Amino acid sequence: ADSEPVRWQLNMPEGVTRTAQNAYEMHMLMLYICVIIGIVVFGAMGYAMFKFRKSKGAKPDVDFTHSTKLEIIWTVVPVLILVIMAVPATSKVMEQYTAKGHEMTVKVTGYQWMWRYEIVGEDVNFLSRLDRESDRIRQSGETPTEEKAPHYLRDVDRVLVLPTETKIRFVVTADDVIHAWWVPALGWKQDAIPGIINEAWTEIATPGTYRGVCAELCGKDHGFMPIVVKAVPKAEYQAWLAAQKAGDEAEAARIAATAPADAGGEG
Amino acid sequence: MAQTHDDPNVYYVPHHSPWPFIGSITLFTTMVGVANWFNGHAWGQPVFYIGLIATLSVLFGWFGNVISESLAGKYNEKVDASFRMGMMWFIFSEVMFFAAFFGALFYARQFALPWLSGEGDGALTNQFLWAGYTAGWPTAGPAELGGAFQTIPAWGLPLVNTLILLTSGVTITIAHHALKAGHRKSLLVWLGATVLLGSIFLYYQGVEYYHAYHELNLTLGSGIYGSTFFMLTGFHGMHVFLGTLMLAIIWLRCLKGHFSKDHHFAFEAVAWYWHFVDVVWLGLFLFVYVL
Amino acid sequence: MATNYTAHDAHGTTAAHDDHHGEHKQSFFQRWFYSTNHKDIGTLYLVFALVMFFIGGSMALVIRAELFQPGLQLVEPEFFNQMTTMHALVMIFGAVMPAFVGLANWMVPLMIGAPDMALPRMNNWSFWIMPFAFTLLLMPLILQVVFGIGGGGPAGGWTLYPPLSLQGGNSTAFTIFAIHLMGISSIMGAINIIATILNMRAPGVDLLKMPVFVWTWLITAFLLIAVMPVLAGAVTMLLTDKFFDTSFFNAAGGGDPVMFQHIFWFFGHPEVYIMILPAFGVVSEIIPTFARKPLFGYQAMVYATASIAFLSFIVWAHHMFTVGMPLGGELYFMYATMLIAIPTGVKVFNWATTMWRGSMTFETPMLFAIGFVIMFTIGGFSGLMLAIVPADFQYHDTYFVVAHFHYVLVTGAVFGIMAGVYYWLPKWTGHMYNETLGKWHFWLSTIFVNLLFFPQHFLGLAGMQRRVPDYNMAFADFNMWSSIGGFGFGISQLLFAYIVWSAARGGVKAEARSWEGAKGLEWTVPSPAPHHTFTLPPVIKDGDLAHGDITH
Ligand code: HEA
Ligand code: HEA
Ligand code: CUA
Ligand SMILES: [Cu+2]
Repeated sequence: ADSEPVRWQLNMPEGVTRTAQNAYEMHMLMLYICVIIGIVVFGAMGYAMFKFRKSKGAKPDVDFTHSTKLEIIWTVVPVLILVIMAVPATSKVMEQYTAKGHEMTVKVTGYQWMWRYEIVGEDVNFLSRLDRESDRIRQSGETPTEEKAPHYLRDVDRVLVLPTETKIRFVVTADDVIHAWWVPALGWKQDAIPGIINEAWTEIATPGTYRGVCAELCGKDHGFMPIVVKAVPKAEYQAWLAAQKAGDEAEAARIAATAPADAGGEG
Repeated sequence: MAQTHDDPNVYYVPHHSPWPFIGSITLFTTMVGVANWFNGHAWGQPVFYIGLIATLSVLFGWFGNVISESLAGKYNEKVDASFRMGMMWFIFSEVMFFAAFFGALFYARQFALPWLSGEGDGALTNQFLWAGYTAGWPTAGPAELGGAFQTIPAWGLPLVNTLILLTSGVTITIAHHALKAGHRKSLLVWLGATVLLGSIFLYYQGVEYYHAYHELNLTLGSGIYGSTFFMLTGFHGMHVFLGTLMLAIIWLRCLKGHFSKDHHFAFEAVAWYWHFVDVVWLGLFLFVYVL
Repeated sequence: MATNYTAHDAHGTTAAHDDHHGEHKQSFFQRWFYSTNHKDIGTLYLVFALVMFFIGGSMALVIRAELFQPGLQLVEPEFFNQMTTMHALVMIFGAVMPAFVGLANWMVPLMIGAPDMALPRMNNWSFWIMPFAFTLLLMPLILQVVFGIGGGGPAGGWTLYPPLSLQGGNSTAFTIFAIHLMGISSIMGAINIIATILNMRAPGVDLLKMPVFVWTWLITAFLLIAVMPVLAGAVTMLLTDKFFDTSFFNAAGGGDPVMFQHIFWFFGHPEVYIMILPAFGVVSEIIPTFARKPLFGYQAMVYATASIAFLSFIVWAHHMFTVGMPLGGELYFMYATMLIAIPTGVKVFNWATTMWRGSMTFETPMLFAIGFVIMFTIGGFSGLMLAIVPADFQYHDTYFVVAHFHYVLVTGAVFGIMAGVYYWLPKWTGHMYNETLGKWHFWLSTIFVNLLFFPQHFLGLAGMQRRVPDYNMAFADFNMWSSIGGFGFGISQLLFAYIVWSAARGGVKAEARSWEGAKGLEWTVPSPAPHHTFTLPPVIKDGDLAHGDITH
């Protein structure tokens, strides 16, 4: 699966994790409720503007200035609506706050302006930065096109390869200033704060290439430190890990580029 | 003009005044000076002091106008009430300023440090970054910034200073009663005592800072402890200094007989301010020194 | 003293000022620089705000120009970040806040029957600090752009998060001291407004008979005094962290960068209500006037305003859902934030019901007021969406947030200010503005502003983060729309400046009660309002006050 934004995209992607699904569901619920309230309120206003205009001979009803009944209604009804929103929101936050049972840990460190990934306990540790072509285009001041760089500002030199169907814990921190690690398809972002470790987790269902960005202003190249996560089946992940550990960069890159064989993730 | 103040309905609106505009220029000078000074331009420092002195002179001229208007009887009850409200809300804003620093102290001790030490939600921070760090208080943080230091025990000089300030709260109240009763001499004595107590407090605070810097290695750079300690006590000290200055001016005005038994807002304003400084100190004594 | 009797009768407006110091003979310099007159100071504030709006807007246009298409064509990323940062600081502290203070200066004394502000000299100080504060704030930027000196302005975002904001080179100190000056100005201004409202109401203008605009400002002033010092404290800690080795925001020394965010947003959230409550007040004056019907639920409006102000102190960390707060914190701040929808809803419903069974006309102030209600509500909806933690994990720091706050700030606060300016312009200048042009201004603004900010919702949802000078081609189309909207909206504001300027120069003579349905003391004095009004407290007659009968 690929969750790259497309032209004219209007909505939030549904993502490939429970967390992303939760975000999407809450987003849609909120959107629908707000649209309905909007229709009612703006509809009433529109009706009033149409019906009670002086040019149509409307006479003001100057005694219609308060109504306890109305006041109660428009206090209680919104309270109920808020409860409807709060209940699923609460359970979804709580779900995200249980990181127990993770099978592996990735340490993510933000730098000005790149990411360091460390597969904890595996002696795998590398930097990941903006790919050469994007970098060239942005330095040159020319206007990027699909042909020149299909993933302009969204590709990196070395991707983070992760296994699917595995509960992965992230420990997120930064070295200099605050950054934020965000891959929309995973459904969350987490601030990377110097001197502090933040925890997050994910469990990716579908293999694919998932791109993200640094989401906290971190200086001049804040817009130029993308994230690419490549989710592959466990076996391929193991192969990648082995190549990394052996220091076989070329082999690791090859696996990262070709895998997963099945899913529609494009390199 | 002359007749207006007799009319309780007429609110005295001063004519144009140069002070606010000039005061803005002097404040600007002060800030340009200090900003450049901090940025390492030597000329910033003298500019800062010039601006500061100019600002104080502006206030002097400004309050001079207010005093002569007041003495000329231009202020009716309503004007007086405006001044009172002004002072009260000003003090409230000061309370909120201190609240920011007390908040920082509270947050650091209650949340930041426990998390750095791996308690509760901060376990991972300790595990991955500051292994083995257990905060406690005082602390200069996991990296021991500024090196090891000792703290000022609460029950020495700080206690003395507490007593001094508490006493000064009493003396100024006695002075106020004396003013209301028209006992000029006793007013001057007790108010003078308050000024003196304020000065002694400042002196001891200086001694304490000297001691901290030279013998205890406790500095602004001593991690979060040094930061909160010096910023809280330092800003408080600055306020004591200002308060003492204002008390001294009021003392001079008492000497000149500016205040009447029931018309002495300036005195009361300074007294409120002094009580505020007093209360902040009690908070400091408790949260900075004792706890 | 014969004049005083007449003065009394005619609400003090015709009083030949009975002093011989000749305020009417004052020179230009004395009038505008040494002023103690609330109307002149109000004018100064409003003019200053307009200038700042144009400066801040020009910076926004630099942003929009760079974002017109993908690629880095016009400015360096570092400069882009300076634009973002300065744009926000200038708009918030230089345009919106001073504009509301200007409206308060002009209108509060007129609405409550006071001769002037309670502390007139301090009033002038509050104003004159502002131009100097902004000179200081803009200085690093000007030095670099014009003279090539230094590294330019602050570039760490208006939120000044450390450690990034401490990397700002020379600009950090300037920014911090400028904020100190603005804080001093705001606090003094707020003190003045509170003292005026609490102390100087004419007999008969009880608290619960005050116009809603006065109420909203009373509460706003309280918010200002409560939170501006906290901001001052926060930036002071930044200053000492940078220059004096303190470790407030440095974990190595036992501090915490996140602590800054808590202190900042303790200020920052009430700050956004400081920018909206007076607009609520303006709109609550305008809608009844043009619906020719008293405000619906006056008391509920007052209590709703107070509730919003109260809640604003306890929701700050909804800006920090992704910093890694404990579960309890996330839930608490989510619930508390959601609660704000209730009093705000009460307001929206009351405005709508004020229109119900009214007799409406749609002059420019009314158009802006209605535009305000609708588009502010849209911004409120997106605010409520942001409050939902699991969804905010996605929304946070994207253009969805940018869309949210521009709806509440531009179509909210700025539209509210414009509504107020059109509404009271006849009172200030003595002339009616050009109604046709006013309507053009409204419709152009409304169309372009929606083109400008609505697509930003889509951009944010699709994954475009804030504060970036460049983006992938997938975001190109809506960014282009947005930029076109931005330039269109900007140019439309030239029309606004022209309309105001020409109304000041001349036009159809305005009556004392410039609008048929207008109620309140300000409409009992001639237009333009004489230099001195209510030198003696007016005698309130039946029907003078919009809310003389508090059940209304
Ligand atoms: C005038 C300014 C203003 C106003 C009024 C508001 C109003 C609100 N804001 Fe907004 N906000 C900002 C200015 C403002 N905001 C700014 C500047 C930022 C970004 C700062 C930065 O990061 O740079 C921000 C960011 C911001 C965030 C952080 C987003 C993020 O960074 O991830 C959140 C999250 O909760 C939020 C929520 C709200 C809510 C719930 C309201 C509520 O007050 C809205 C209430 C109104 C309504 C809900 C509509 C009317 C109600 C009804 C019709 C009743 C019925 C409705 C229901 C029951 C749903 N705002
Ligand atoms: C009251 C506050 C306020 C106001 C009024 C505005 C008004 C506008 N804002 Fe602003 N904005 C903020 C507060 C405000 N903004 C804040 C708080 C931020 C966050 C900053 C941060 O991330 O730190 C922000 C950020 C922000 C961004 C995101 C930047 C980024 O993330 O990098 C953008 C991008 O489009 C933007 C655009 C605009 C535009 C086009 C307007 C327009 O409405 C402006 C219209 C006005 C004019 C254009 C000026 C008038 C006309 C002229 C000068 C004549 C000349 C005109 C022409 C030649 C066309 N703003
Ligand atoms: Cu790293 Cu933004
Ligand atoms: Cu907020």
